[in-house]
Amino acid sequence: MSEIESRGYVNPDVLVSTDWVSQHLQDPQIRIVESNEDPLLHGTGHIPGAVEIDWTRDLNDQVRRDYLDHQGFSALMQRLGIGKDTTVVFYGDRNNWWATYAYWVFQLFGHAKAKIMDGGRIKWTKENRQLSREVPQYPPADYQAKARDDKKIRAFREQVLDHLKSKGRLIDVRSPAEYTGERLHMPEYPNEGALRGGHIPGAANVPWARAVNPDDGTFKPASDLKAIYEGEARLSPQDDVVVYCRIGERSSHTWFVLTHLLGYPKVRNYDGSWTEWGNLVGVPIER
Amino acid sequence: MPQLPGKLEETLDLLDLVPDRTERIQLLIDIADRFEEVPPRLARRPFSDDHLVPACESQAYVWGEERPDGNLDFHFAVENPQGISAKSLAVILDEGLSGAPLEQVAAVPQDLVYRVFGRELSMGKSMGLMGMVAMVASMARKKMTSDGTPAGPSGAGSRGAT
Repeated sequence: MSEIESRGYVNPDVLVSTDWVSQHLQDPQIRIVESNEDPLLHGTGHIPGAVEIDWTRDLNDQVRRDYLDHQGFSALMQRLGIGKDTTVVFYGDRNNWWATYAYWVFQLFGHAKAKIMDGGRIKWTKENRQLSREVPQYPPADYQAKARDDKKIRAFREQVLDHLKSKGRLIDVRSPAEYTGERLHMPEYPNEGALRGGHIPGAANVPWARAVNPDDGTFKPASDLKAIYEGEARLSPQDDVVVYCRIGERSSHTWFVLTHLLGYPKVRNYDGSWTEWGNLVGVPIER
Repeated sequence: MPQLPGKLEETLDLLDLVPDRTERIQLLIDIADRFEEVPPRLARRPFSDDHLVPACESQAYVWGEERPDGNLDFHFAVENPQGISAKSLAVILDEGLSGAPLEQVAAVPQDLVYRVFGRELSMGKSMGLMGMVAMVASMARKKMTSDGTPAGPSGAGSRGAT
């Protein structure tokens, strides 16, 4: 049993270790993808052979607030040399925050052969593993994506309103200051991009980074995650859960934890999140 | 509205000449390579929270050191080793604003961050980087106030160490 398997996750196969990645650097069936918050970081050195996905440039529609469509996703996969049978291994800075966001977007297009490198960039660099500034070149892949499916893992505002009426469970993964609305009142600093502060009524506040060990960015074992999400936040695996943050990036990390590590079958990410909810006219807000 | 200090404007003009994203990123990385941490004569770890940039996830710190002419030199520390953008901006602010007239420094707009890095920044990253610009400008305003120079409508800084 591997160390990751020993942590008791429902789906441990969705994680790979830094050791595993270092042993698969030359594997043509594997494409390593780095996705960071800091746009400069990839250029300072990355896992040899890794390509970059920039969340604003590559994953979002450049005009509307939405993700790319299936044609855009197909073009992205073709450019990165990722075929339908390629296993994509994501990693990145900030405890894999943006890596799980990219992973979640890939699932909107049904690319199930996807994994996260446990610990992300911080663990790889702390272990003094090789970094490269060489830009890899891969032959274009033939990838025809199916239409994006928003139904299963994505929630829109009308669905969140329905979710509220049916007493569904909500997890707000922002910081406590954002959750209470205090953050909007900080003088001289930009607000959250919302006119109102607070949270969606009934949402429990579990900041996303509580799911990781701060020293090396690895995910906490299942027992610790259950203590947080089931013990403190009172979730249960049968719940219909909606997670949200500011624009749906941090909450994709929690979506990953609940869906794959704890095995919850019905978790949706509300990517409109607080930048939408906090600007909507007439929706309920709790402080 | 005072003009941007000449050295800062030169750097921004240079960046404007590099619209290609990959080339601009490389240029900003090269700039970050020139980062020098605050000298020990000014500050040692653990750094005081008085110098911590609010909202900056890279744990950036800023100090202002008075020159004989009364203007300020700016010094930085970035505790997050992955905070490359913060280091790059620190170099740009140091090289562009240290020694510049205080009224020009005080008027540097926070959206300078977008001219340097483009719009492809997360909101959290934008807030942190803008916080660095805001803190430098705030230090200049406080210095002007303590010198008895009118700091303008945004110069609400209080007297005290910068």
